[in-house]
Amino acid sequence: MENGSSSLSSVPSNPLLKDELDIVIPTIRNLDFLEMWRPFFQPYHLIIVQDGDPSKIIRVPDGFDYELYNRNDINRILGSKASCISFKDSACRCFGYMISKKKYIFTIDDDCFVAKDPSGKEINALEQHIKNLLSPSTPFFFNTLYDPYHEGADFVRGYPFSLREGVPTAVSHGLWLNIPDYDAPTQLVKPLERNTRYVDAVLTVPKGTLFPMCGMNLAFNREVIGPAMYFGLMGDGQPIGRYDDMWAGWCMKVICDHLGLGVKTGLPYIWHSKASNPFVNLKKEYKGIYWQEELIPFFQTVTLPKECTTVQKCYLELSKQVKAKLGKVDDYFNKLTDAMVTWIEAWDELNPSVNAGTAAARKPNGAAK
Amino acid sequence: MSLKLEDNEVDIVVAALRPNLNTFLEEWRSFFSNFHLIIVKDPNLEEDLQIPPGFDHQVYTKSDMDRVLNGASINFSGHSCRYFGYLISRKKYIISIDDDCLPARDNSGVIVDAVAQHISNLQTPATPFFFNTLYDPYRQGADFVRGYPFSLRDGVECLLSCGLWLNIADYDAPTQIVKPHERNTRYVDAVMTVPLRAMMPLSGINIGFNREVLGPALVPGLRLDGEGKRRWETIEDIWSGMCAKVICDHLGCGVKSGLPYVWRGVGSDADNAMDSLKKEWEGVKLMEEVVPFFQSVKFPKTAVTAADCVIEISRMARENLASLNPVYAQAADTMEAWVDLWKVAGS
Repeated sequence: MENGSSSLSSVPSNPLLKDELDIVIPTIRNLDFLEMWRPFFQPYHLIIVQDGDPSKIIRVPDGFDYELYNRNDINRILGSKASCISFKDSACRCFGYMISKKKYIFTIDDDCFVAKDPSGKEINALEQHIKNLLSPSTPFFFNTLYDPYHEGADFVRGYPFSLREGVPTAVSHGLWLNIPDYDAPTQLVKPLERNTRYVDAVLTVPKGTLFPMCGMNLAFNREVIGPAMYFGLMGDGQPIGRYDDMWAGWCMKVICDHLGLGVKTGLPYIWHSKASNPFVNLKKEYKGIYWQEELIPFFQTVTLPKECTTVQKCYLELSKQVKAKLGKVDDYFNKLTDAMVTWIEAWDELNPSVNAGTAAARKPNGAAK
Repeated sequence: MSLKLEDNEVDIVVAALRPNLNTFLEEWRSFFSNFHLIIVKDPNLEEDLQIPPGFDHQVYTKSDMDRVLNGASINFSGHSCRYFGYLISRKKYIISIDDDCLPARDNSGVIVDAVAQHISNLQTPATPFFFNTLYDPYRQGADFVRGYPFSLRDGVECLLSCGLWLNIADYDAPTQIVKPHERNTRYVDAVMTVPLRAMMPLSGINIGFNREVLGPALVPGLRLDGEGKRRWETIEDIWSGMCAKVICDHLGCGVKSGLPYVWRGVGSDADNAMDSLKKEWEGVKLMEEVVPFFQSVKFPKTAVTAADCVIEISRMARENLASLNPVYAQAADTMEAWVDLWKVAGS
C-alpha cells in the first residue's frame, strides 16, 4: 500500500502479517473512526460485527476489504448455537474471532483513535501489537527492564540464561490514553481524570498472576489461544455487562499459564475518546463488582489437569469447574457454563482443522461500493 | 502525593568502594542533605575516604566491622560492605545507591529525586495479588482499572523498592561483551508491584527498603569465589533479593520495581567485561540452580518474621543446594551468622 501524507511517518510500506491478521470491530453506531486508522488498517481484512438492530445499514468507509455480520447472519450461521453470542453488548465481537480464518486477531473499539507518543508521532498500534505477538514472552521470571527483546533493552544481571528464549506470546494487551478504563464507581468519583501518562514499556504478565484484560485494544494469536477468548453472556437478557473482556481474560490467563504461553501488556496506546455514562455502567457492572470477589479466588486457585493439552480441552475443563464452584454464586454461572460449552462446539464446527481456508459457512466479502 | 516524611526515619547507606566520594556526594547533595549518611568503607580499600563537608554522616571501616562481628565469619568486602550499614542503622527506612551513580533526569529534563521516590514507594501500598494494568494505582492521575477486585484495593505494605538505571544498565558480563555500546535511554515512567510468586533479579545498585520489617532478609549470603568489585562480578544482591522476595510473599507484603532511575556511568567500566566473564560466569551458572530453589521455597506458618524466614532459607539451602556447590553451604552459614548478628547488633 502506498504511504499516506508526511505526518504519518510510522506507516509501514510493507505491513507485517497483512494476510495473516484480521481486525475485528464490534459496532452498533458507525465506523467513522476508521478514517483515522486508514493508513494503518487499510492493508488488512476487517471483520465487522454489527450489534443491535440488523436492519440498520452500517456503512464501511470506501477502500476497506471487509466482511460484515449482523445478528441475522450470526443466527443463520450458528443456528441454535447463536445463543452463546451476546446481543446488545460489544461482547458479540467474539463471533468475529470464531468466524475468522486468520492466524492473528486485532480487536479495537469504535471509539478508539490513533494516539500520539510523547514526541508527537502517531502510534501505529497494530504494528506494535504484531511486534509483541511475534516476539517471545517471559512469564517465568520478571525482567526489571521490562521487554528484553525490545531494541535498546536486554535481560538484566541475574536473569537465568535457560529462561532467555522465552515462550510464544498468545496475547498482546494494549492500553489507552485520555479516557481510562475505570469501573463505574471510580468514574463517578473521578469523572475528570484522564490518563496522560505514556509508559514506554511492554512487559509479560508473570505466570500465576491475573489481571483485568480490557478488550478495547487487544491482539492475540488465534491459532494458539482463540477458543479461550469467549467474551461470555452479556447485554440483553443478561444480569451483567462490562465483564465480557474480564471473563475472557481470566479464562485465557489460567489457560496460558497451564499451556506455557505468554501474555504481554503495555504498549501500544490508543486514544480512547468516549467516556461512557457512569450511571449506565453502574447498572451493568454492579453484580460483577460483588461477584468478582468470588470469581477472583476461583481463578486464582483453579488447576487444570495435565491431560488438558489443547485450549479446547482446557476451556471445557474450566467450564466444568465454573459450574461446580460458581453455580452456587448465581444461576447466571450455570447459563454461562452452558454457553462456554456451546462456544467451543461452535468454534470446532467453524474451525474443523488447524489449516486455514477449510470450508465453513461464511458470508462472502462485502466490499464497499 | 504529600507524605509525612520524618527525616530521622531514613538512613542513606553508601558503600565506598572508591576513596573519592566528592563527585558522588556533591551531585546528590540536594537530595541527601536532609538525611544521615552511613558511609561504609570497603574493608579492602586502603586509602582514606574523601568526603565533602556539610553532610551529616558517619564512616564505618574494617575495625568497626571486626568489633561488631566479634569473630563471626561474614565477609563484608566489596559491594557487601553496605550490609554492614544496613545492620548498624537504627532507622525505619534505608536507601542505598552505588557510588558510581548520579541523579538522572526524567523525560521532561527534571532531575529525579531518587530518595523521595523510594520513600514514596515504601510509604504507599503495594498490590501483589492482582496486576493493575495502569501500574501504580496510588500515583496521581492513575487508579485501579475496571475489573480490579475492590477487596484488594487497600493493598499491602511495600517493604522493598527496586529502582532502575539509565545509561549503563545492570547487565551481566556476557551481555556486556555482546553489547558493549548499548545504553539504556528508555525512561519508563512507572512503578509497579512485582506480583506474588513472581521472581525477579534485585539489583543492589539503587534500592530502598523497610529495615524494621525486612532488614535481616537483605543478607550478604552468596559470594562468588572470584567475586570482584564490578557489579557484574557479584551476585550478592541477586541472592538477597530472592530471599527478600520470597519473604515478602510469605509475609503478605509487597515489592515494587521501576522508578526511580539513577544515571549510572561514572566509574563503570564496560570495556573490561571480558575479564569479568571469568569471574561472573560462575554466577551465571549458579543462577540456574538458585532460581528453581527459590521458586520451591515454602515457609512454615511458624516463620513470622524476616529473621525466622532467613533461618528457614538457610536450612533449605543446606539441604537442597549445598551438595551442588560449596558456595551454598557458605551462604547457609553466613545467613545463620547474619541472623545471630542481627539479634545482637541489629536491633
